[in-house]
Amino acid sequence: MKISTFQMKRNPRSGRPGWEFILPSLVLVCLIGLPILALIWRSTGIKFFDYALSESAVSALKLSLLTSMVCVIITLLTGTPLAYLLAHWNFRGKAFLDVLVHLPIVLPPSLAGIALLLAFGREGLFGPWLDSLGISLPFTTAAVVIAQIFVSAPFLVLSARIGFAAIDPQLEEAANVEGASNWHIFQHIMVPMASRAILTGVILTWARALGEFGATLLFAGNLEGKTQTMPLAIYVGFEQDLGIAIVLSIVLLIVSLILLTLLRKLEFRPQ
Amino acid sequence: MHKSWTILSIILVIVLPSCSISSVTSVPSSNTARTTTPTTQRSSTVERISPSSLTIFAAASLTGAFQELAANFEASHPGVSLHLNFAGSQILRTQIAHGAAADIFASADQTNMDQLAADGQVISESIVQFATNKLVIILPRDNPGKVSTLTDLARPDLKLVLADATVPAGKYARQMLQNLATDPSYGADFSAKVLANVVSNETDVKQVVAKIELGEADAGIVYTSDAVAAPELGTIPIPAPFNVIAMYPIAVLTDSSNKSLAETFIMFVISEAGQSVLKKWGFTGAGQ
Repeated sequence: MKISTFQMKRNPRSGRPGWEFILPSLVLVCLIGLPILALIWRSTGIKFFDYALSESAVSALKLSLLTSMVCVIITLLTGTPLAYLLAHWNFRGKAFLDVLVHLPIVLPPSLAGIALLLAFGREGLFGPWLDSLGISLPFTTAAVVIAQIFVSAPFLVLSARIGFAAIDPQLEEAANVEGASNWHIFQHIMVPMASRAILTGVILTWARALGEFGATLLFAGNLEGKTQTMPLAIYVGFEQDLGIAIVLSIVLLIVSLILLTLLRKLEFRPQ
Repeated sequence: MHKSWTILSIILVIVLPSCSISSVTSVPSSNTARTTTPTTQRSSTVERISPSSLTIFAAASLTGAFQELAANFEASHPGVSLHLNFAGSQILRTQIAHGAAADIFASADQTNMDQLAADGQVISESIVQFATNKLVIILPRDNPGKVSTLTDLARPDLKLVLADATVPAGKYARQMLQNLATDPSYGADFSAKVLANVVSNETDVKQVVAKIELGEADAGIVYTSDAVAAPELGTIPIPAPFNVIAMYPIAVLTDSSNKSLAETFIMFVISEAGQSVLKKWGFTGAGQ
C-alpha cells in the first residue's frame, strides 16, 4: 500500500495548466492549508515551552507515547500473522473476516467506544467474565491501548497483507521443496521480503493510534496521567487553557509530518 | 485488484493526516455531534436568515427541560423554529467566543455568562436567573459499589465519575465535597479521599449520567435534574447545608439577528408555564 499515487512515465506537458484546474485546486489547498497555518500562527504568540513543559502537557505526551507504542507492538505481533493468513490461504469465511478486520477504518470512533464498553465494560457482554478474573478495563490505561488497537490495527493488516501478496510464489515453492516449515518460510523469507510493507503499516498504525480520540474518551474516560492522551488533553485544553491545546496540537502536527515524510522516503527508496 | 488498492491508498492519504490533526479542527463539530438536535455552526448561520428562527445554546443539564420548553414555544408561536445545541457550558462559552452564531445562551453557572458579558458577547441587561439546581449522588441500578451513605464515597476501592473541574457541575461537586470536609463527622481529608476515587473527569454532566447508566462506575455526582431525567438510577441526597445551589442565567447574544424573538423566548422561560416545565425536570424556581 503506497501513499503516493502510481505515475506512468510521461513527458511533462508543455505550457501551464489552465485556470480551470488551478482555481478548484486552490480552494481545496486553502481549506486544508489555512487551518494548519492558523494553528502555527497562534502558536508563535504564546510561551511555547512554558506550556510544553507544564505538568498536564508532559503527562499527556508521555501517556500518548507509551500507549501508542504498546499498541503498535501488540498490533505487529498479532496483525502480521493475520495478514499472512489472509494473503496466503483460502478458507471459509475469509471474505467475512476480511470485511470485519477492515471495518474499524470506516467506523466512527464514537461507535467504537460504545462497542468496546458494551463488550468489555463492567456491565458489558464479557464484563462479568473479566471481573471473575479480577480484570476491570474501563478507565484504565489498558483501555486506552485497546481503543487504539481497535481503530489502528487494520492499517497494519492491510499494508502487511499487500506486502505478503506481492512476494513471488516460486520462492515459497522452492523453500517448500527444500523442506522448510510454514513458520520457517514466514520467519526467514516472507517477513524480511515484506518488511517495507510491514514498516509502512507500523507507521500508519502508530499515527492513527496517536490521534485516537473518540473511542478513548468513551471507553477509557479522561483522567490526567492515566487515560488523558494528547488528543484528550487538546479537547479539554480547548475549553480551559487554549495554550496547552495549541502546544499539544503543534507537537502532534510535527510528529504527523515526520511520520508522513518517513512514509514517502520508504516508497521512493529503490527496493 | 491493483486498482482497488490504489483507491484505498488514496483514502488512506486522506485519513492519515486527519487522524492526528483533526483532534484540533474537529473540536467544535464533535461537540455539536453529541447534541440531541445537531446544529452545526454553518447550518445555524444559514437558518438565521429566516426571521422566525432562534438558535439556543444551552447547558447539557438543561437538555430535557429545554427540549420540552422549545416544543411548547414552537406550538404557541406558529412559524417559529428553534434550534438547540447542548454541551458543557464552558464548551458553549468557548464556541460563542470563537464566533459561533447563536441567539440565546443558557449557562449552568454565572462564571461562563460573566466572561461573555465582559467581552461584550451577551447583552448584559438581558441576563436573568431562570432556574436553580442542586447536586445529588447517582448510583447504577443494582448498586455494584454498595453505596448507601455519603461516607461510602471515601471508601478506597470505589469508582467515582465526576464532571471535569472546567465543567460547572464538576466545579460545584468539588465545592460540595469541600463543604462536607468542614464537618467533623466526615473529616478534613474527606474531599481528598473522595477525589482519589475519581476514575474519569467527563466533559459534560450528561456523560457522567451515561457512565453510571452503563454501570461502569459505582457513583457519580450530578444535578437533581439529571437524576429526574434518569429515574432508573439510585440516588443519595446531599444535606442542604453542604449542597451547592447552581444558578442558571440566560441571556440574549449581542450578535443575535432576532433579539426581540429571543427576548420573547426568555420571557416564556421565566413565565409560570415555563417555570412549571423546569420544575417538572427537577429544577427549582429562580426565586428560591
